[in-house]
Amino acid sequence: MRYSLGRAALPVYAVLALVYLLIPIVYTFIFSFNNTFKSNITWRGFTFNNWLTVCEEQGVCEAFGNSILIGVTSTIVATALGTAIAIALVRYEFKFRSAVSLLLFLPMATPEIVLGAGLASQFFNIGAEKGIGTVIIAHVMFCLSFVVVTVKARVSSLDPALEEAGSDLYASPSHVFWKITFPLLMPGIMSAALLSFALSFDDFIITNFNAGPTSTFPKFVYTAASKGIPAAANVVGSAVFLVAILIVVGVQIRSTIKERRLRAVK
Amino acid sequence: MAFAAFSGGSEKSEYKVPRKNSTKVALALLLPGMIYLALFFITPLVSLVATSLEVPDASGEIGRYQYGFEIGNYWYVIQTYWPHIARSFVYALAATILSLLISYPLAYFIGVRARKWPLIQKLALALVIAPFFISFLLRTFAWKQLFSNESWIVTTLQSLHILAPDQYLVGTDFMVIFGLTYNFIPFMTLPLYTALERLDLRLLEAGSDLYATPAKVFRKVTLPITMPGIISGTLMTFIPIAGDYINASRDFLGSSGTQMIGNVVETNFLRINDYPSASALSVLLMAAILGLVVFYVRRSGTEDLL
Repeated sequence: MRYSLGRAALPVYAVLALVYLLIPIVYTFIFSFNNTFKSNITWRGFTFNNWLTVCEEQGVCEAFGNSILIGVTSTIVATALGTAIAIALVRYEFKFRSAVSLLLFLPMATPEIVLGAGLASQFFNIGAEKGIGTVIIAHVMFCLSFVVVTVKARVSSLDPALEEAGSDLYASPSHVFWKITFPLLMPGIMSAALLSFALSFDDFIITNFNAGPTSTFPKFVYTAASKGIPAAANVVGSAVFLVAILIVVGVQIRSTIKERRLRAVK
Repeated sequence: MAFAAFSGGSEKSEYKVPRKNSTKVALALLLPGMIYLALFFITPLVSLVATSLEVPDASGEIGRYQYGFEIGNYWYVIQTYWPHIARSFVYALAATILSLLISYPLAYFIGVRARKWPLIQKLALALVIAPFFISFLLRTFAWKQLFSNESWIVTTLQSLHILAPDQYLVGTDFMVIFGLTYNFIPFMTLPLYTALERLDLRLLEAGSDLYATPAKVFRKVTLPITMPGIISGTLMTFIPIAGDYINASRDFLGSSGTQMIGNVVETNFLRINDYPSASALSVLLMAAILGLVVFYVRRSGTEDLL
């Protein structure tokens, strides 16, 4: 094993790097329990109050509700559009393939500020009023490409023999799709949807340009930052983090159990 | 492969299925999404270019513009905002290099060294992604609090005479680059991990069997093989950093001396309604990024884009 440099140095380095990544998360979590007075800067003792009275903070829960509504709606639309494109890219022959790839790649390679300002100038030029609708339009746009990438990986790894077996048994093409292809794609579609929701929920830059008076959770935090972010924002952030971790762990456990069962059958 | 790193891990097997030749179905699947992107991605960019060439309208009211073909807007923004433009690219370059230096060993550990321990591998990977689950703005604000003027970090540095008594961290170039590096490390680590995870260790053994020093094996074998990961990682960090304006904002880690392109675009577009200059700056940023993307596409081809 001569090729690896510093056998102990690397793990130590990795742990330090991971700790560095986690510090702000831990900080946010701890300060959601701070017994705040006016500002949430210095530690003044432990309390559950912020968690119990989170909605009493002006605007937090409304902003959170908007973020959920925007996230769910744009995820559904982006996942539907993106899944169709992913299937076409892997399974169908068509002209202008590289143009399509490029058009899907560019939104991911464009800085958010350009996407945000571009849409805002378009809405301004056509006289559209900014609000939840314009935010959803924007979010679907930037989530779409990420959905395509995620689902495409799943479509490429699908064993064609399973679909062939279906048509050998006289299932119609649409029957094969809905009974075999679609259920097998489901894990890919689900992770695309989760990614899309996460992107939408945490987006600030594009949202800020297209939300008008509508508040979202990141917008709330940004506005509050000038006078100090209230502990209620830490509560919402930490709660979302915990739920996300639970979902990820749940999905992991489910897929591990499924794998074990499959292995047992084989 | 570039952005596939975000697909939640690499799928193991890829089947080569002959593509079906049904143009009708293909169009039906592609068109809705493509029309969507044409309407809400391409037209906004065109609209941005049009706005960047506008002139104040006859009424002279603030925020009212009409179509012109004022190329001079570009000269104006370059002359007025060249410090912001330069700063954005210097910050983005510094933060990208720093996150590469931090991420490569981390990704090497997860993707190569931890192969023997799948559980540790999975856990470490989850921890790399964990910051995505908590608001970007809250994380950045947490650093502001941790490095605030009264924090023990600053007071300790002052008592060690590393910082002068009236010198602080928040609002400096250092702090903004620190924040940018922190926020975009996962975007660097994930593509690097995807590349390193596929690294065939027998190639490294072959290298050392032929009496190459570990450093030489790294330079001649590991580095070239993982180059695609490095390229996509640097793109994935450089692009969003160059357009970011949260870290450099006065309310977060920056000050009036750290304003980037994004801060100017935000102020001019949303606060003082100077749409033409904000649009011209955005177009310039987009042009620079497109240059980078063209370079990337030349290297890897369009088929590998997704």
